Amino acid sequence: MSSSQENLIAIENVTHAYRKDGQALPVLENLTLGVPQHGFTAVVGPSGCGKSTLTRLIAGLMRPDEGTVWLHGEQVVSPRSTVGMAFQNPVLLEWRSILKNVLLPLEIVPTNLSKQGAEDRARHLLHLVGLSGFEDKRPSELSGGMRQRASLCRALIHNPDVLILDEPFGALDAFTREDLWLTMHKLRAEEPFTGVLITHDLRESIFLADEVVVLSDRPATVQHRVALTREGPPSLDQLYTNQSISILNELREQIRIARNGAEV
Amino acid sequence: MRQYLIPGFAIVIFLVFWEALVWVNDWPNYKMASPSDLWPAFWRFKELFLSYGWDTLWRTVVGLLIAIVVGVFLGMIMGFSKIMREGLYPLLVGFNAIPKATVVPIVALMFVGQHDLNTVLIAFMISFFPIAVSVSIGLSTLEPEYRDILRSLGASKLTIFWKIALPKTLPEFFGALKVAVTLAFIGTNLMEIVSPHGRGLGALFDSGKTNSDYPLMFAVLIALAVLGIALYYVVVFLEKIFAGWAERSTD
Repeated sequence: MSSSQENLIAIENVTHAYRKDGQALPVLENLTLGVPQHGFTAVVGPSGCGKSTLTRLIAGLMRPDEGTVWLHGEQVVSPRSTVGMAFQNPVLLEWRSILKNVLLPLEIVPTNLSKQGAEDRARHLLHLVGLSGFEDKRPSELSGGMRQRASLCRALIHNPDVLILDEPFGALDAFTREDLWLTMHKLRAEEPFTGVLITHDLRESIFLADEVVVLSDRPATVQHRVALTREGPPSLDQLYTNQSISILNELREQIRIARNGAEV
Repeated sequence: MRQYLIPGFAIVIFLVFWEALVWVNDWPNYKMASPSDLWPAFWRFKELFLSYGWDTLWRTVVGLLIAIVVGVFLGMIMGFSKIMREGLYPLLVGFNAIPKATVVPIVALMFVGQHDLNTVLIAFMISFFPIAVSVSIGLSTLEPEYRDILRSLGASKLTIFWKIALPKTLPEFFGALKVAVTLAFIGTNLMEIVSPHGRGLGALFDSGKTNSDYPLMFAVLIALAVLGIALYYVVVFLEKIFAGWAERSTD
């Protein structure tokens, strides 16, 4: 079990199937994947290949049929408070202010922060993502991008070791999405976490992650990996270097292979 | 100011139109009473209007409160358990489909002489259905992500219900309550009129009928309308307090 010791998140030989109407639909097959501490891994693959299942397994919301999920070398058998999650739908609670929405996890997770300390932390996070001045607004008064920013703050408020992002920028327009990519880099610099990002956007995966993992079609297994290096402060220009473009082409080719597998 | 002026103006136009209609057609009182006949009828029986109005009011409110308790309970059971939903739903639909006027004599026979209980019972039976349905739909259509943000932190089912499912269902609940309050009011009057027992505005209406006092019958209708409006707006007021966040500002 070497990988469970090296990596903060370690998924080992996981096989999982959904059962519906007495039939088993295999989604993951013998999947092995590790994310080192403070690493950031993007997972891409054809639609419906089981990427969201993967996030639910890491979060402990489900248990795999076979294989093991490890966090910190401990087997994940149930949800744990050291995980933060954000989804494509920001799922903010409409009856709470933005500040109260961000504070929600601290009402569940034990914390040593005082009420004032928690509020200060929430305000600091909101400031980091550019939402200063919106603390007392209702979610319905914010744009889609702003709501997603608030949802990221909520995912981070309790200092989780692991941040699971399931297509968090998928529903946003291209410009807002690029803004949020830069915000993610800012958050990563200030808030140390180990991240898993599920995405359909290859440019997003290249810009944000340390490693991109391509999953095959259902039942998914790891088909290809690309390690990424980044020089200098993050900037959108880095997406248009020759190196980035060749990686992008490599990933597109891999997705094409994965999707062809689906048609056979 | 404007929000009171416009409805007030509409009521005045309605009364003038009504008065003119009766006057132009030269209808006698027993065909159609006019607004100017109503006030004397009302004034002559003002004590009865007050005390009977109170009877009708409290019976409606008690019936509605029971409907809320039972309706929310049924809604929760059906909202959380698919088996219970599949089992209970046809039963509830069937029960709701029975015209309550046919239930009135049955209830009146079951609890002979217990008029308050009978009336409250009918008010309850006619009004719990929309509450049960709306709460169950509100709970069963909760997006899984809402549950997951708390479940992934290890929150219990009760915490998830209390912090997310319950508040999220409040707008649907109040929507149903606005329907239910009117239904409960109809239920109360149904019992009071069909099975008269000398109390409530329904009984006053019935005695107007027996004595061919048509202005009195119309005055009762107006009193019922006023009570109905008052009850409805109490619910609207409560909705503003507890589920005001669901209202999008239009500007």
